[in-house]
Amino acid sequence: MSFSRRVWAIARKDLLAEWRDRESVTAMFYFAFLVLFLFSFALGADQALIRGASSGLLWLAFTFTSVLGLSRSVQGELENDCLDGLLLYPAQREAIYLGKLVGNFSSILVVELVILPIFAVLYNMDLWAQLPKLMVIAVPGTLGLAAAGTLLSTMTAGLRAREAMLPFLLFPVTIPLLLAAVRGTEVVLHGEPFELAVPWLKLMAAFDIVVLVVSLMTFEYLVEE
Amino acid sequence: MVSAGRGGAPVLPAIEVRRLVKWYGGQPALRGIDLAVAPEEILALFGSNGAGKTTLLRILAGRVRPTGGTVQVAGHMLDRDGNEVRRALGVLAHGHQLYEALTARENLAYAAAMLGLDRPSERVAQALSRVGLESAADSGVRTFSSGMKRRLALAKLMLREPKVILLDEPFASLDLQATKVLEEFLMASKAAGACTILATHNLTMGYGVADRVAILRQGRLVFDGRREETSLDAFRALFALHGEREEGG
Repeated sequence: MSFSRRVWAIARKDLLAEWRDRESVTAMFYFAFLVLFLFSFALGADQALIRGASSGLLWLAFTFTSVLGLSRSVQGELENDCLDGLLLYPAQREAIYLGKLVGNFSSILVVELVILPIFAVLYNMDLWAQLPKLMVIAVPGTLGLAAAGTLLSTMTAGLRAREAMLPFLLFPVTIPLLLAAVRGTEVVLHGEPFELAVPWLKLMAAFDIVVLVVSLMTFEYLVEE
Repeated sequence: MVSAGRGGAPVLPAIEVRRLVKWYGGQPALRGIDLAVAPEEILALFGSNGAGKTTLLRILAGRVRPTGGTVQVAGHMLDRDGNEVRRALGVLAHGHQLYEALTARENLAYAAAMLGLDRPSERVAQALSRVGLESAADSGVRTFSSGMKRRLALAKLMLREPKVILLDEPFASLDLQATKVLEEFLMASKAAGACTILATHNLTMGYGVADRVAILRQGRLVFDGRREETSLDAFRALFALHGEREEGG
C-alpha cells in the first residue's frame, strides 16, 4: 500500500508542479512545434516526400521534446537540494523511479496529444480517424522513451554537462524503440492493415519490459553517491 | 559503546561511528572519526567551513558513502539497512528541500505521503501551526522569504517523531520565534528518546541547546565533552585555540 502511495505522491507532485508552472510543457510544445514547422518548410510541397518522411518527423519531434522534458524534470529535483530530500524519505528506490516515470510519461504524452493536430495541419494529414491506432503506437513508444529517459536523466543528474549527456546516452539506447515506433506509425499513417504494425508493437513492448526491469534493478545504485 | 541509562540500565547508542574515513578524490574530508551519541542526547558539532561537519551528517543520513569505517544508526548498519535508517531519521539540511511551485500545505502533504504518515491532513495543519505559517499555508513557496522557507523546512521535520535528528546549520535564517520553536521541538524529541546531532558555526545557540559539545577540525574530532564540564566562555576559548572562528554568535 505504502509503495503505491509513494509512487502516486511523487507523480502527483511532479504533475502539480508542472501544472502550476507549465514551464516544461510549454517549452516542450514550442520546441516540437518548431521542429515540425521547420521541417515542413524544408520538405516543401512534395506530398510523396512528406508522406514518406512524416512518421519519422513525428517521432523526431517527440524524441527531442522528451529530452527537453526529462532534463527539466531532473532540474526541478536539483533545485533547493530536493533530490537529496527525496532520497532521504524511507521509500524504496523502485517507488521513486516509478513515481518519476509516471510524471515524465504523463507530461510527454500530453505534449504529444497537443502536437498531433498541429502535425496534421502542417503536413496536411487526416489523423482524426487514425487517432486510436496512432495512440496504440504512441503509448508504448512514449513509455519506452520515458522509462529510459527517467533512468538516464537521474544517472546524469550529478554531471555538469548533464543536458548534453542525456541525449548523447538516450538516443543510442532508444534506437530499437524509435525504429519500431516510426515503422508502426508509418503503417497507421499510410492506411495499411494494422496487423502490419503488430511486430513493431511487440518490439516496443519487449523494449519497454527490458528497460523497466533494468531500471528497477539499477536505479538504487545510480542514485547513491 | 554502551552507557548507563535511567536506572543504570545499559543504553545502546543511537548513533555509533567507528574509524570513519571519507576522501573526496585526493582530499581527506574525515580522517578516522569515532563517535557515539546516546538516545536523549543532543550533540552540537562545531567547526569552520570545510571541517567535515556536513560530510559527517550526510554520511549519517546515508547520502554519502564513507571511504572507510562503520556507521550504525538507530540499531541499523547504514550499509545494509538504508531504508530502516531513513525511517528513523529526521533531517534539516542546509538547502531547504522544498518545491517552490507548490504551496506550503502541498509540500507538507507530499512529505507526509512519502513518510507514510497516518492522518496526514491533521499533521500538516499542526506542523504549519507550530511554525506560525497557517496564514501562508496555501501560498506558493516561491513567494516566501528565506526565513519562511526555513520555517517550512522545520515544519516538515516536525511532521513526525524521528528517533535520530540531524540538523545542518539549523539556526541559519531563523528568527527568534522560529528558533524557540526549534528548541522546543528538540527538547520534546529528547524527552521522547530521540538523539540529535546539530552542526553549526553558531557557538552561542549550539552550546545553548546541547548536552555535549564537540569540535571538528580538518576532518578530525579534536574536542568532545559534556557541556556542563565547560562554560561557554571556556569553550569559546577552546574553540579559538583550535584555530576556529566563531560566526553569528
